[in-house]
Amino acid sequence: MSKVAFDWQDPFRLDEQLSEEERMIAATAREHCQSKLMPRVQEANRREHFHREIMNEFGETGLLGATLPEQYGGAGVNHVSYGLIAREVERVDSGYRSALSVQSSLVMHPIYAYGSEEQRMKYLPRLASGEWVGCFGLTEPDAGSDPASMKTRAVASDGGYVLNGSKMWITNSPIADVMVVWAKLDDVIRGFILERGMPGLSASKIEGKFSLRASITGDIGMNDVFVPEENLLPGVTGLKGPFGCLNKARFGIAWGAMGAAEFCWQQARNYTLERQQFGRPLAATQLVQKKLADMQTEIALGLQGCLRLARMIDDNNCPVELISLMKRNNCGKALDIARVARDMHGGNGISDEYHVIRHVMNLEAVNTYEGTHDVHALILGRAQTGLQAFF
Amino acid sequence: MKILVAVKRVLDYNVKARVKADKSGVDLSNVKMSMNPFDEIAVEEALRISEAGKADEVVAVSLGVSQAQETLRTAMAMGADRGILVESDAELQPLAVAKLLKHVIEKEQPDLVLLGKQAIDDDSNQTGQMLAALMDWPQATFASKVEVGEGKAQVTREIDGGLETIEVTLPAVITTDLRLNEPRYAKLPNIMKAKKKPLDVIPVADTGVDVTPRLEVLEVNEPQARSAGIKVSSVDELVDKLKNEAKVI
Repeated sequence: MSKVAFDWQDPFRLDEQLSEEERMIAATAREHCQSKLMPRVQEANRREHFHREIMNEFGETGLLGATLPEQYGGAGVNHVSYGLIAREVERVDSGYRSALSVQSSLVMHPIYAYGSEEQRMKYLPRLASGEWVGCFGLTEPDAGSDPASMKTRAVASDGGYVLNGSKMWITNSPIADVMVVWAKLDDVIRGFILERGMPGLSASKIEGKFSLRASITGDIGMNDVFVPEENLLPGVTGLKGPFGCLNKARFGIAWGAMGAAEFCWQQARNYTLERQQFGRPLAATQLVQKKLADMQTEIALGLQGCLRLARMIDDNNCPVELISLMKRNNCGKALDIARVARDMHGGNGISDEYHVIRHVMNLEAVNTYEGTHDVHALILGRAQTGLQAFF
Repeated sequence: MKILVAVKRVLDYNVKARVKADKSGVDLSNVKMSMNPFDEIAVEEALRISEAGKADEVVAVSLGVSQAQETLRTAMAMGADRGILVESDAELQPLAVAKLLKHVIEKEQPDLVLLGKQAIDDDSNQTGQMLAALMDWPQATFASKVEVGEGKAQVTREIDGGLETIEVTLPAVITTDLRLNEPRYAKLPNIMKAKKKPLDVIPVADTGVDVTPRLEVLEVNEPQARSAGIKVSSVDELVDKLKNEAKVI
């Protein structure tokens, strides 16, 4: 048997397990992100600024709501492709991946899955092109991991509903044209499509974030906002509505976190190969090589898990617990990898010139949002003991 | 007007080439392959000419192994209308490729043939020139600017120390240089549409072209590793080394 070469960057040869089409999509996503996002991110992160036109550019390449059918502006790609896109976007910045995930999984997905045909036709094509930006209002100041305790209420009124309440930590809310908001109507959680400019609706930016600074985050205030009947999402009631969206987004995060981790790992490898101390490269030391080996191993396993998960979703054969497993594992591991990579960069590691500190800061939020590391552990704990330990 | 673009599947430009242990060639097992970058430029140029309303069909052609269909799909995802693969598992050298392209041209009757000036794997830089000779068509190589007019094309060529602008009558062969354009990347909806575009596969045996290699590769070697420099202690030592060791002065 001839010796098989080891590809250190892709130990399981993920590339070989993709279809021709999936490879092409990954290549396009990478090209897009490296040419359009990477040159902007350092300034955007420094100045806490989200370049709105990024959404139009995503739309032009077909990256928004890519899994949706063509007639709604999507490209009809599979979940493997969606994951590959998330990985490439987050290789640049978790904030940009958040913007993409929110638009695709948390806004376009519920309108497609739970909306009427009129709602689909009205909103999806313009969200797919990036002409409109959407946001997703679930989390509240006093309802995070326990969304069922939400206080936002909808009350039936002539021709529609009146909404009152507030939402917190909402990606893109200050610039959103469309908001998918979850509120209790007669004690049952329902989804509503709100539009910018509705009387009583406000959204202000949360300043001073030290994570996801290249993405804009805000709150949503609803003070007697009248929402017409046709803006109620008819297809779903209860927590399974928002959870269906979050599962899609968490799946993308599992891939995306690996993109950020890959960046940090390769950056640490390059840095320690070049950086000479005591007359030799840092990479020639055992401590450094062990760290690099750990990073490589976790990333290779994480990506392979992602691919299996994606194939199961594409086969309509995926339990939601598996999404929790991969979201939790990959975010936690990515955060560890980023911190270690920061350390390997020594003093330079705290400078944004090397980009690693930015990923560390971002991954703190990524590990927390869409189900914290601990909450996903509770989901997995319940699934194997039959005992819930949430409260 | 119809444009034919030749695209070659090569080792991806990001991959570090490894020579096989027996030195018979570069190891291509389990490595990323992609479209020759100069051919991407040729596809882009064909699409721009077509988008300017000066051509109504762009046909991508590749020659080689079955997997080159992926390269053709990439060209079609960028915007080419259809693809043709002349399939051969045997090694195809530039003369064989030129003859096979001639075979395709005789069938397709394009008004313009665009190719990369060379492929980044063997760097032969021969196929375009040989093809023009076989067809007895004008050739414009190393193009950095192409203006297609009525029955002719004005081409700016990159030559030693400057640029040369020539006019060729069509049909003609144009080979593309690096600065001609910046190729687009395929958009997702176009990647999905490319699946449905026609792709014809012609077995090399059906062309009747003799593709027997005329050149024999004796040995392939890795480039020699650069040895570390040294510090000299005086100008005299430097001059001495340049004179007697490096023998450059």
